[in-house]
Amino acid sequence: MRPLAHSRARHLRRRFTNGVALVLSVLATVFGLVFLVWIVWTTFSRGLEALNLDLFTQMTPPPNEAGGLLNAFFGSAVISALAIAIGTPIGIGAGIWLAEYARGSRLGNTVRFVNDILLSAPSIVLGLFIYALVVLPMGHFSAFAGAIALALVALPVIVRTTDEMLQLVPGQMREAALSLGIPQWKVTMQILFRAARPGIVTGILLALARISGETAPLLFTAYNNQFWSTNLMEPMANVPMVIYQYALSPFASWNALAWAGALIVMLFVLTLSLLARAILLRQRMPAND
Amino acid sequence: MSAAAPATSSPARLAAVARRERRDIRLDRLFRTVLTAAGLLVLALLLGAALSMLWGGRETLATFGLDFFFTADWDVGARRFGALVPIYGTLVSATIALLIAVPVSFGIAVFLTELAPGWLRTPVGTAIELLAGIPSIIYGMWGLFVLAPILGQHVYPKINDTLGQLPLIGLLFHGPPLGIGMLTAGLVLAIMVIPFIASVMREVFLTVPSRLKESAYALGSTTWEVVWDVVLPYTRSAVIGGVFLGLGRALGETMAVTFVIGNAYALSAALLEPGSSIASTIANEFAEAVDPLHRSSLLALGFVLFLLTFVVLALARLMLYRLKRKEGL
Repeated sequence: MRPLAHSRARHLRRRFTNGVALVLSVLATVFGLVFLVWIVWTTFSRGLEALNLDLFTQMTPPPNEAGGLLNAFFGSAVISALAIAIGTPIGIGAGIWLAEYARGSRLGNTVRFVNDILLSAPSIVLGLFIYALVVLPMGHFSAFAGAIALALVALPVIVRTTDEMLQLVPGQMREAALSLGIPQWKVTMQILFRAARPGIVTGILLALARISGETAPLLFTAYNNQFWSTNLMEPMANVPMVIYQYALSPFASWNALAWAGALIVMLFVLTLSLLARAILLRQRMPAND
Repeated sequence: MSAAAPATSSPARLAAVARRERRDIRLDRLFRTVLTAAGLLVLALLLGAALSMLWGGRETLATFGLDFFFTADWDVGARRFGALVPIYGTLVSATIALLIAVPVSFGIAVFLTELAPGWLRTPVGTAIELLAGIPSIIYGMWGLFVLAPILGQHVYPKINDTLGQLPLIGLLFHGPPLGIGMLTAGLVLAIMVIPFIASVMREVFLTVPSRLKESAYALGSTTWEVVWDVVLPYTRSAVIGGVFLGLGRALGETMAVTFVIGNAYALSAALLEPGSSIASTIANEFAEAVDPLHRSSLLALGFVLFLLTFVVLALARLMLYRLKRKEGL
């Protein structure tokens, strides 16, 4: 009789522990989702108040005057586009090298390891590096320096996705193409690359999403500019820096513009990440069957 | 193309084939060289970043020597620079972040792999991962304008009155209820690293062979026992790797921390007091630093941050690779 009672108590205790743990696990998920909703909602409600057409047609104003963020949007578009233009060829090149030429080699593994570290390295450190490399020799801040700093942020993302996507291409495809006597650069660029293209495009979109909101690398590279500027060799206004400056200012009109800018950036980043996911999902579906 | 062609134009064709082969070999070599250069550039960037900061910080290291790392004096006017306060702030805010983020991430990963019905897994998983995509400056604005006032008015006074009155640990929870400070920075950091840690944990939990879990269930284990006694031991190194990955993020996070940490240079045990981190110090002061010694000190700080995150992230990757090898991938 006693062993049975004992085992029943133990059974109840185990079920109790299980129940508590599972409830805590649900609560943890709710905790995460609450903050997501809270942050998104805050940005929406405060950003919508300042959202109007002027935002896209007017320049950044002096305090307490009406204005928009046109020069900042333009600057961000230019700097990000240049960063992607610099980072993409190098990133794809390094990714191809890792997947096709250095697979399994010690040097290849080292580069992959270093790339993985760069992927999560603090972006402010990259800003300091570009300051020493570009800004100091030039003598002043410039949009060009900002673009290089952001290219360094984008690079590891592109390297990693290119590498991963090429590794997913079946080995038979390589062997079949090479056995026809096609030179390796043609096999890579015209056959393997085509098979891996949706994945690589996803990588570029994710890299763009990553750099759109990055502020830290721009603090001492592109800096900021109150005015409209198209000169790449001069400081250029950009959305993250304007948000940073306006959010910390004591002027309500600037704060409102900062929230509107934050809303636009957040919508852009979330759209890009969802788009990237959709592309990957569509590509992966047939492979799973 | 015609059948007679090989016989009549054989030498010319052979020459053309040989030319094409030579061109292909040349292009192949060029292709390989360019790609190798791109690959090695990644390596060079990491080394370049480290060396440029070390070089930039040489004046500070020559002036203060090792004292730079152990003095708490950061006074731009008096040209005295000690890195202890920012280093302390970085470590403490990251520790607070992990204390909150690790259990929460673990809970989320368990929910997403063992508990949630199938139709719920993808949307909830995606939502959590979207949290990682929100730019850090938005976390900072939310932390400063929304979270900090609530904490300052409603939460910190209560903490002050309860935990703050206890002996010993009271020292940690004592201070002016400003709303900004070390604890707020840790909390915002926690929210930022949860998606990173949770998604690594979820991924590695999914690699556990289902026959292991099913055997445990068949012996009558509860879900919790399967997670704690089967899934966790199997994935231990990768789980620790995921935690380190989150730690690396937390150490180097800049904008969000700059908004909420308070940017004060007094060394204090109290978590409710404002402090500063390495990244926030650099972000606040670098663009305006005209004094060469000040600039050099900030670069030396950058080097410290680089070393710190490099070690943490390298450990993280090594632990993550270990599970991959076990999987035979």
